[in-house]
This record gives sequence, structure tokens and C-alpha cells, in this order.
Amino acid sequence: MSVAPPLTIINAKLMLPGAAEPVSGVLRCADGHIDAVGAKVGPEPGDAIHDAKGKLVTPGLVDFGAFAVDKPAFHFGGIVRAALMPDNRNLDVPSRVRFVASSGKPDFWVHPLAAATQGLDGKRLAEFGLMKDAGAKAVATGRRWIGDSGTMLRVLQYAAMLDLVVCTHAEDAGLAGNAVATAGEMATRLGLPSAPVEAEALAIARDVALAEIAGARLHIRQVTTAAGLDLVRAAKARGLPVTAGVTPAHFMLSETALADFRTFMRLSPPLRSERDRKAVIAAIGDGTIDVIASGHDPRGPEDKRLPFADSEPGMAGAETLLPLTLNLVRDGVIPLARAFELLAGNPARLLGVNSGRLEAGAEADIAVIDPERPWIVDSTQMEASAGNTPFDRQPVQGRVLALFKGGAQVA
Amino acid sequence: MTSRESPYPPGSAAFPHRDLVGIDVLQPHEILFLLDEAAQWVELGRRPTKHDDRLAGLTIINAFFENSTRTLLSFEIAGKRLGADVVNMHAAQSSIKKGETLIDTAMTLNAMHADAIVIRHGSSGAVQLIADKVDCPVLNAGDGQHEHPTQALLDALTIRNAKGRIDGLTVVICGDILHSRVARSNILCLTSLGARVRVCAPPALMPAGIEEMKVEVFHDFNTAIEGVDVVMMLRLQMERMEGEFIPSPREYRHLYGLTEERLARTSPDTLVMHPGPMNRGIEIDSTVADLVDRSLITRQVEMGVAIRMACLDVLTRRTRKVEGWQ
Repeated sequence: MSVAPPLTIINAKLMLPGAAEPVSGVLRCADGHIDAVGAKVGPEPGDAIHDAKGKLVTPGLVDFGAFAVDKPAFHFGGIVRAALMPDNRNLDVPSRVRFVASSGKPDFWVHPLAAATQGLDGKRLAEFGLMKDAGAKAVATGRRWIGDSGTMLRVLQYAAMLDLVVCTHAEDAGLAGNAVATAGEMATRLGLPSAPVEAEALAIARDVALAEIAGARLHIRQVTTAAGLDLVRAAKARGLPVTAGVTPAHFMLSETALADFRTFMRLSPPLRSERDRKAVIAAIGDGTIDVIASGHDPRGPEDKRLPFADSEPGMAGAETLLPLTLNLVRDGVIPLARAFELLAGNPARLLGVNSGRLEAGAEADIAVIDPERPWIVDSTQMEASAGNTPFDRQPVQGRVLALFKGGAQVA
Repeated sequence: MTSRESPYPPGSAAFPHRDLVGIDVLQPHEILFLLDEAAQWVELGRRPTKHDDRLAGLTIINAFFENSTRTLLSFEIAGKRLGADVVNMHAAQSSIKKGETLIDTAMTLNAMHADAIVIRHGSSGAVQLIADKVDCPVLNAGDGQHEHPTQALLDALTIRNAKGRIDGLTVVICGDILHSRVARSNILCLTSLGARVRVCAPPALMPAGIEEMKVEVFHDFNTAIEGVDVVMMLRLQMERMEGEFIPSPREYRHLYGLTEERLARTSPDTLVMHPGPMNRGIEIDSTVADLVDRSLITRQVEMGVAIRMACLDVLTRRTRKVEGWQ
């Protein structure tokens, strides 16, 4: 694989680790890595020059928990790496993990999440050790919960031994059943199968307890309820290695969006109450939530043009991840620096990859962003392989102007 | 028609909807309009010659994606009495099994130039999905656990004919509220017309947040039944009675069956309803179901045909270029 020639990005407002505000400066890349960054750095003779024209220069986004390798959509959204959930590609054997791990290179890196159990059946442990050597960066239970506590404990113990984070889906399976909505007035009026909101807190309480027994690192991919967030908060306060993520759907939308049975709103976990939506925003603000991910799962009409309960869950989220997260900055929920911790720094750390921060020695995964540029989401005009966005026709702000993976421009 | 002036706006303003997908979008006067329109069809149905050819030449397709005998028959008779060409499509055992999508089926029906499509489907929202894709009026004959509007209309008509009014009455709906589209449509219809509605079910069969639909929630049937004007029993699916939601049929009858003893807790003019088909001896005892002066169950079936005739007539007026409805 050829390495990109040295590159210097000038006139940058650099989002540096630890800094509260962006600082004006220059960033130089060589051999695919960041060579130097700061106010006093300059280009060397022979460097390619990229003029950022005073725009924001940030780490490329690292998306923890996507369901498809959909390069154009990720590049549009400023995403250079994605941790791929095991569900759609059956990542339960080393050969598939190895194939997926190299499937996007060089311009997009896929980090497979190994299935916790064979076929995600929730019963038989999968070969984490072999899959780790094949490129798996963490273990995931998929878009479902392991119902058997004994199996889950063994998954956690085995993953802890191999120092792999276990990424779980927090919905108690017995309560969730075939639910497609959160129990309450909305689901009742629409006649949709629903599960009590407590299904999430129950799942989190058990998984935290088991992770503590196992001494395992636990990442709950989506925490979407006030009660679930309280449990994460409490676990963190006790010093447990528990982290939490969310997608923009759960801080932007509530269950009222289900009216008219719009299947682009069919998500897993389902949309929650307005009160829970506000709790998610508060948890992003107070640091309980560590990761914001796209949950990118493009689904065509064959999966979505169906009655609500018969449609597949998921949204095409890669393109809207950055602008919707920037809403939180504009609303004063988090500072700009924190947004990039949530979108790049923290997920890179969880995956153990040398990315997600603008620092000498890190891989040169870099985005040039205009955080203010307005545009309108249009489900018919997306880069994603399908346009199932719940944010159709919504005006947003924030657009990626240029994207570099390993120092080579990819968008 | 009487010489009295109509209480409704003229022409299509009386019922401005293209489809009948649910009660939730109907105004009280629109519901009453349909009930009043049905009166003439009740009368027609009692004559020896039950024919009116106003829908002659129109094609009505009954597309049933879920098995049904009574509702399908009722819609078929309604269409035929109005002179339409009625075609039944038993989709539950046809192309859906071959993998054709619901939208493809809808487009196929549309291409056949139906003048109205009556749909029953097992998924909530499925009828709206089809209505959005076709060019003709769509009538919901039941979608999942969402709505069954003609059932609610026929129930309202039955109650009004028996009691002379709906406003101010107290109605208890007892049974599997959670899985019942009949319950949802009836709650919306009866509360919209001014009735007080109670719902009664064991907690496992009571949906969350139902009290937001302006109903009083009961788990004890003996209490719920006191002082009501109408007792409406729901059918409980057999598979839900054998351990999943209810321990056993006899346990269900013990707590929620409409027995003679329970009915005795009500006043002598309290009426009994059931949308059918009944599980006799489980949710309703035969001695109660067959009470000539108190059970409205066969009357509901009769009103069903009249209501469906009214709905088919009203929704096809635009196609037929009836004056004021173009």
C-alpha cells in the first residue's frame, strides 16, 4: 500500500486534544501519521499544501456501531473509521472478520465487532480469540440482548481475559418480545406491540452486575432512557469501566414521531418519551454518555415500505451524525471540544486504535469542517445506499469540506 | 328522508374524507352523518327485495390479508345490495405467500381500477399504507391492533337504536383490550359521541397509557359492570387463554366472564353486546348471549350490513359524481 506524500494543512483552526477552543495553526502529516501540529509548525519543501481557509480542522470521526460498510455516506459525514456491528455480516467466524477488516482500506477503515455468540444465538460463545487476531476490535451482542445470564457472564469473562470491550444492546428480551415501540399512549393509540421503558434499565442493571463480576469493560451502545442513564451514572461513580453511547435519533426525536406509522422511525431500541429524550441530552451534557454514533443501517424499500411492525429497524445515519451532534454545541449542551471527544476521541480509545485526536504520532485521520454551513437533509439525494433517514427535509448545519485518511485526501 | 332540514353541511362537506381508515380522524358530526345515512339501509334490509342499484357498474374489491368470515360477508352483502360488482380476494392464502409485497398487491388492485377497496390486514398501519398508494377510496376492515372503524360505527348505531341516544350513556368494554382493534375504535367513537367508557381487563391484557384515551380503567369486572347501560364483551383468542396471558379459560370465565350472576348486578335495561364470534361459556355464557330482550348481538350483525352500505355509498359519491360531491 503506498503511503501518501507529506501534506501540510495551513490556515487551520485546530481542534486539539485537551483544548477548550480551536486554535489557529498548521498541521503536518508524513508517512500517514501526524508529524507535527500547532501554531509554530510550517510546511517543509515538497509538501502538498491544503489550505483550510480558516475553517475547523478536527479528527476524522470514528463511528462506534454501524451496520453497513457504506463508504460514500461515511465520507460525506466525515467518518474515517467505523466499528461494524456483527448483525448484517454474520461476524462470528475469523474468515469473515478478516475480510471485513480489510474491506474499506485504504480510504476507509472498518473495525469489525466480533459476535459474542455463534450466529448471535445468545447461547454458544463465538471464537473471540481467533477473531481478535483476525482484526476484531471488540465483542458485540448485536442488536439484541443475551437473555441467559450465565452465557452473558461467560462472554464477559472471556472478553475480559482477551482485553476486549463488550458492546451490548440494552433491552430485556423477555419484556421486549416483538415490541416495536415503547409502551404508553402513543403505542396504545397506534396499536403497536410495545415494551415497558424499564426493559432498558433491567438489561443495564444485569449487565453492569455481570461485568463487575467478570472484571470486564462494558460499552452499552445505546442508552436511551432516564432510568438506564441513572444506572450508568451510578456505575461510573463507583469507578466501573462502563461506557455508554447513543445515536442522534434518541436526542432529536421522541415517540410522537411514530404517528402515521412512518417506518423510517422504526428503530431499535424504539423511540422514547419526551422526558427520556431530555434525559439523554442531560446525560450528554454531564458526561454520562461517552459516544455518539450513527447506527448507520441503510435499508431500502423492501425493508422499509412495509407495515410498521413488519419493517426492519434502523436508519441511514452517517451523513447526519456530525450536524446533529453540532446542534448540541449550538444549544449549549456541550462545548465544541467535547463533541469531537464523543464523535472521535472516545470511540477510538474504546476500540484501541491510534486515531481520533490531532496529536503527533496519531494516524493522520483528519476532517476539515464548516460547522455553520446550512443544508437540508433529503432522503432522495443521499450518499448512503438507501435514504431511510428519520430527519428527512430537516434543515441542519455543519458540513465536511475535506477528509483525510492516513494523510491522503479521500473526500 | 324527512322534510326536516339536514343538520349536516351540504354535499361532501358532511364527510370530507376520501377513505375510512380510522375513527380517530373523524369529527363527531361526521360519525353521526354515517349513522344517519345507515338508517335507510336498515329499513331496506328488512324489506323482501333488498336492492338499490346506486353502485351499479362500480367494482369493489374486498382484500382480506387475514382470515375473516363475518366482516367479509357483511361487506360483500353491503356491496351487492347496492348493485356493485364485488370481488373477494383472500390474500391470506394467495400471492402474499409467494413473496409479493403489500405495496405490490396494492398497486395490482389499483391497476384493476377498483372503485373502492376494503382491506383487512394483520399489521397496524397497513391499511393507511395501502390508502396512500391507491387512487380509490379505501375502507379499513381491521388493521392489526389499531382500528376497526366499521365495527365501532355499527356498535354505535346498535346502541343508538336500542337506547335512543349515546350521549351520557356508560359503556363498559371487557376483555382483551391490549390486542383489540375493536376496543380502540369503540373507545374513540363512543367517547367522541359523549358516552362514558370503562375498560376492564386483567393487567396483562390492558395496554399502557389507555387512560389517556378518556376511559376509566378497571381490573375487577364486578365493580366495572355496576351502573352501566351497555356491556360490550370482547373475544379472547384461545391461544392467549392457555398460559401466555391467562392461566386457563375457566379462570378467565371466573373473573371476566359475563355470567347471569354478573349481569344481575346491572339494571334490567342494561344491554349486552359482543362483536363475535363468541367463545360461549368463556367470555360470555349462552344464557346471557341468547337473552332476547337484552342481547343485541344479532342486531349488531344486522347493523353491520347497513353501516357498510352507508360507508360504501358515501365514499363512492365522488366517483359517481353525486351532486355536491364532485
